[in-house]
Formats: sequence, C-alpha cells, structure tokens
Amino acid sequence: MGALPALVVVWPIAGACALLVLGRILPRPAVDGLALLIAAVLVFLTVRLLVDANRGPVVTWAGNWQPMPHRTVGIVLVADRFAAALVVLIAGLTAVALLFGWHYFDNLRAHYPALVLLFAAGMCGFALTGDLFDMFVFFELMSVAAYALTGLEIEDPESVQGGLNFGVINSLGAYLCLFGIGLLYAHTGQLGLAQLAGVLAGQQRETVVVVAFALISTGWLVKAAVTPFHFWLADAHAVAPAPVCVLFSGVMAPLGVYGVARLYWATFTVAIPSVAVHRMSLVLAVLTMVVGTVMCMLQRHLKRMLAYSTIAHSGMFLLGVSTLSPAGIAASAIYLCGHAAVKGALFLMAGALLAHYESLDEHRLYGRARRHRLLGVLFVTAAVLLAGFPWSATGLGKALLEESGHSVVLGVLVIAVSAGTGGVVLRAGLRIFWGLGRRPATADDAEETTGAREESDTDTPPGRTPATMLTAVLMLLLAAVTLGLPGVLGAGTGSAAGAFCDPAGYTARALHTVPAALPPAPPEVGWTGIGLGLAALSTTAAVLVAVLGLARVSRATPAGPVRMLHRLHSGHLGDYSAWLVTGCALLTGLLWLP
Amino acid sequence: MTLFPYLVAGWILLAGIYGVVRSRHLVHTVVCVSIAQSSTYVLLLAIGYQRHATAPIFGPANPPDSPVVDPVVQAMTLTDIVVSATVTALLLALVILVAKRHGTVVPDRLHALRG
Repeated sequence: MGALPALVVVWPIAGACALLVLGRILPRPAVDGLALLIAAVLVFLTVRLLVDANRGPVVTWAGNWQPMPHRTVGIVLVADRFAAALVVLIAGLTAVALLFGWHYFDNLRAHYPALVLLFAAGMCGFALTGDLFDMFVFFELMSVAAYALTGLEIEDPESVQGGLNFGVINSLGAYLCLFGIGLLYAHTGQLGLAQLAGVLAGQQRETVVVVAFALISTGWLVKAAVTPFHFWLADAHAVAPAPVCVLFSGVMAPLGVYGVARLYWATFTVAIPSVAVHRMSLVLAVLTMVVGTVMCMLQRHLKRMLAYSTIAHSGMFLLGVSTLSPAGIAASAIYLCGHAAVKGALFLMAGALLAHYESLDEHRLYGRARRHRLLGVLFVTAAVLLAGFPWSATGLGKALLEESGHSVVLGVLVIAVSAGTGGVVLRAGLRIFWGLGRRPATADDAEETTGAREESDTDTPPGRTPATMLTAVLMLLLAAVTLGLPGVLGAGTGSAAGAFCDPAGYTARALHTVPAALPPAPPEVGWTGIGLGLAALSTTAAVLVAVLGLARVSRATPAGPVRMLHRLHSGHLGDYSAWLVTGCALLTGLLWLP
Repeated sequence: MTLFPYLVAGWILLAGIYGVVRSRHLVHTVVCVSIAQSSTYVLLLAIGYQRHATAPIFGPANPPDSPVVDPVVQAMTLTDIVVSATVTALLLALVILVAKRHGTVVPDRLHALRG
C-alpha cells in the first residue's frame, strides 16, 4: 500500500480540522472520544506501515511524480523500518496523551486535541520525508503546534513566558537551518536527500557544504535541546501541560537527533569526513549529558527536574549517533523507546500530583501524597526504570550504549547520567509519596523556579486519580518493561539500524525502490552478562544517590562552578539567543577542524 | 553569480539575531525574529536569480526554452513567508499574554523561569 506514508501525515491533519469544526457543536465527552478514535486509527495506520516496512521500504512520490533515470522532480516520503518504528512511537504517545487529557483539561474544548493531532502530523512528516525542504516545513509545523501547546494555559504567567522562549529560540534555530538548506541548494541544485547524496558523492570538504551541514545540524539540535541550545527545553517542559510534556520529551526532542543522523547517513557520508561528525557529536553529547545531569540534580521543581533529565538523555542519544555505527544507532533507538515510556509516565504522574496538590515543589510536597499509594509505587518504579533497571528497555539501551562506545570513560559517564537522573527522581518520589528522609527546607531562592505556586491544569477534585490517568501511566510503564525483555526489540532493531546506516541502501530505496545490493551485517542487539551487571550497577548507584539526597539536612546554596551553571539558566531570551549563536559557531568549528 | 546578495543575507540574519540578544522590548524581539527570517527570503531569491531571465511562466511570449528564474526557490520563499506569518502572529499573541500576566514586556524584568 504505497499511499500509507502520506495517509499517516494527512489523517491527523484532517482529524484536527474535523475536531475544530465539530468542537463547537458536540458535547465535551464526544469531542474527547472522537479525538481518541482519531488517534487510535493513527496508531493502527502506523502499525500497518511498520508491518509493510518490515517487508520492504514503503516509498510514496507526491502526485505520483516518479523518478526518471536522469531527473527527479517529485517529492518523496520514505518509510524504512526505522522511520516507521518512530512513527509508531509518535502515534502511540499521541494516543496516550489524549487518553490522559480526557479528565485533565476542563476549560479547553477541541483546541487541545486538535493541536496535539497537528503536532503529531508534523512529527510524522518529519520522520518520513526524504526531502530536505519538507523536513524544514514539517519541523515548523510541529514547532508552531508545540509553541501553542506550551502556552496553552494562558492564565499562567510562567506558561506564556515559557511558550515565548521556546518559540523565539526554536524559530531562530529553524532560520539558521533554512539558511543552510538554501546554501546547499545553491551549491547542488537538489533538495531530495538521496539526490543530494548523488551530487555530493564526488566532493570532499567543500567549505560551503560543511557550513550548510553545520547550519542545518544547528536547527535540528536546537530541537534536540543539546547544550548549549538546551535552555528553552527546561522552560517549555516546566510550564507545558503534563500530557503535552509526554510528547515533547518522548519524541519531539529525540526527533532532532534523528534529523541529524538521517541527514548524515542519507546525504553527507562522503561530503563530510566521518571523523569531523564523530568529534562534533561526541563533544556536544558529553557536554549535554554533564550539564543535563548536574542541572537535574539541582532541581526541586518536579517537571524541571524531568526536563533536565530529558536533556541529559538527549545527550545519550547523540552519544549513540557519535559512534557512527549501526550498534550505536540501535542502542539509541532502544534507549529512546525506554526513555519515551518511562519519562512519559513520570510526566503524567507529575501532572496527577499537580492536579491533586497544585504544587510541583519537591520540598513543599514532602510527605503530602501519602494517600496515593498506588501512584507512589508507580512513581518509584518509574524512577528505578529510569536509572536503567536490568531487563527494562532503558537498561538495555543504556547497556548497549556503554558497549557500543568502546570506551571505559564514556561507559562510566553513561552510568553516572543514568544513576544521577534516576536517583534524583527516586529521591523526589520517596519524599513526596512516602515522606522519607528529613523534612527539606521550603525557603525560596530568587535564583530558582520552585514550582510552589503552579496553577493546576484542571479542577478535578482532590481524591482518587481518575482511571484514564492511571491507565495511561500503567500502559507506558508496562511498555518500558516489556520492550526490554530479551528477544522483544533485539534482532529487528539491529537490522533496521544496519539499514539506517547504509547510504547506498537509502538512495536505492528512495530513488529506485529496490532493495540495496548488499545489506550490511546487522549488529548484535541483546542482553549480555556485562550489560546486566552494568544495569544492576547503575540502579544501585541511583538508590545510593537517592539515599544520600534524603539524608542531607538541607541543601546548602551551591557554590563555585555549579552556582555559575545555575545562574546561566536565566530565563532571558537575549542570553539564550547569544548561546544559540555561540553553539552554532562551536558546532561549525568542530566540523571544520581537520 | 555574485557574492553580494549572499553577504547581504548573512548580514540581515546576524542583525536579526543581534537584535534579539540586545532587545529591551518583547515586540522588538519578535520583529527581530522576523528580520532574521527575512534574510532567508533574500538568500533564496538570490539563489534563483538569473540576469535577463523572466518569471517561470511559459506562453506564446515566453517559449519553453527561454531563460527563466528558478521557480523552486520562489515556491520555497512563499512557503517561508506563510511560516513566518504564522510564527510571528503566534509570538505576538504570546507577547500580549506576557504583558497581561507579568505586567511588563521588558525581558530583563521577567523572572518567572530561572535555574
């Protein structure tokens, strides 16, 4: 079925339009039900696409402008297995976000589900398209929907400021990216990824090509929230409604890393030396992991804490890409599945807490949520999974990342990131739901966002958590556990990653719709004894971090470099833009060095 | 091909970003974002421009093999303008809300999100 990739993009857009029209007439439950139905159909379509893509890539030429031997004018959607799997993830999380939103928003009619569906359409298009300019257009489609979703609660001062920061920084990133696309088009006269690869095949280290790649990568990495482009993410995640955060954190940020990886393997493997791309991605990945983890450990605002852990994990995805090998890509992909599920569940539980207690401050919530035992158990479970518990998807991805890096230092760093981010979330869970440890001080520091006076997205009465919310959380956690069991994601991910890292294969699939001549040998993907040991080690370390955090009487004001780092996150648009330019220059320099 | 329009485009981009960095008013910030975007129009049109070429519409006065400017970049510019209008409208709407909720539009006085 060749029309399926196009349908995956068109269906949610049509659904959003229908919702906006019918939203004025239909009662609230009917609007929510219809939105959920549209999302369910989208999940069905994407799963069908994945099944088809497993047999062979599904390629759609818009308007049936099929390629001719020496000339192509059409625009293509290429659903290889990797892209199709990503689209399934997008659709699944969209359905979960809508399910959770069922009882969550009270005063929003059809706008919320319509925006979520538009957002999903943009992300699906970005994942599937084989055309550079279309990537930009879908990037902007998802961005605009995302800005609106961030500022959804227009009554809340933090929410609108977060939306504005997000909008300005991402727009600037997108324009740098478009500038790069323009330069590339001026140089080659092509926009299709496969066609570009054909023109660039004979050229090495042309200055304009390096600059163009750097500018486009900047655009995608702003979305991925890689340091020093990450500032907007914490602001946006802290203020966006919880179900929206599931999509932001679970797929939108990782899509940026996917964009860079796709672009490199489909187009630039010859034109840019692999050592330069390796250096660029490795430096940024390590920087991101360190900054994300340190900032995560300093937070008491629950959603900001989760946001910084997403930044750290974004660095882990980039670390997998930096190996420039199918093994690294497979590791990142599996880690992404685990991250999306666990982080999604945590954001939803933070949303449930906000609905019950109108606060997201770890210190003020101390011991207050003792009544919600089930939620507490789930929260602590999710924190342990986040740390990379053995036989979970996060654990498997983390173990594979450590093995694919072939470096003890990087392995230790990955364990430290997992243990740090997981441990802090575990500490917060034990404090909030079980009242463990000493009571933390609740004094406010002008230099930080505490989340003490958050406005709830809903007026659900405090009491039982609605069944739809719990179902959404349970589904995500179940996915995180089952996906990590031996044999579930193993061989398929390996061969999909092998095909992803095969430039000749991509050109063959996109332009000639025949399988590549020699599919490269897929990497081994699965649990090993060492992997299990490392997973157990990082879980233990996370528990240790949590216990140490609980034992400390009150947090001394961070001193020295940590305080400096804290102050860099100023919430000021001008600072963020300056960092954007600095980062772009850094990125270009790293690519340019011989 | 001359280098001049490319330099102009690069200059406008940097001027726009500089404006965002130094901005003291959020409406000014949003306008500077649009300025940064307008650099891409200059760039795209410069790429497609050819001396002595006409619009890419073929007819009796303009037979199919006569020189025309590149229609692809023109289509891209149009798309870009649509994107720009959407983004600018949305950002301005957010600025209005910031003014309502914070009572200020000076970036230095917005303190809701830190650390």
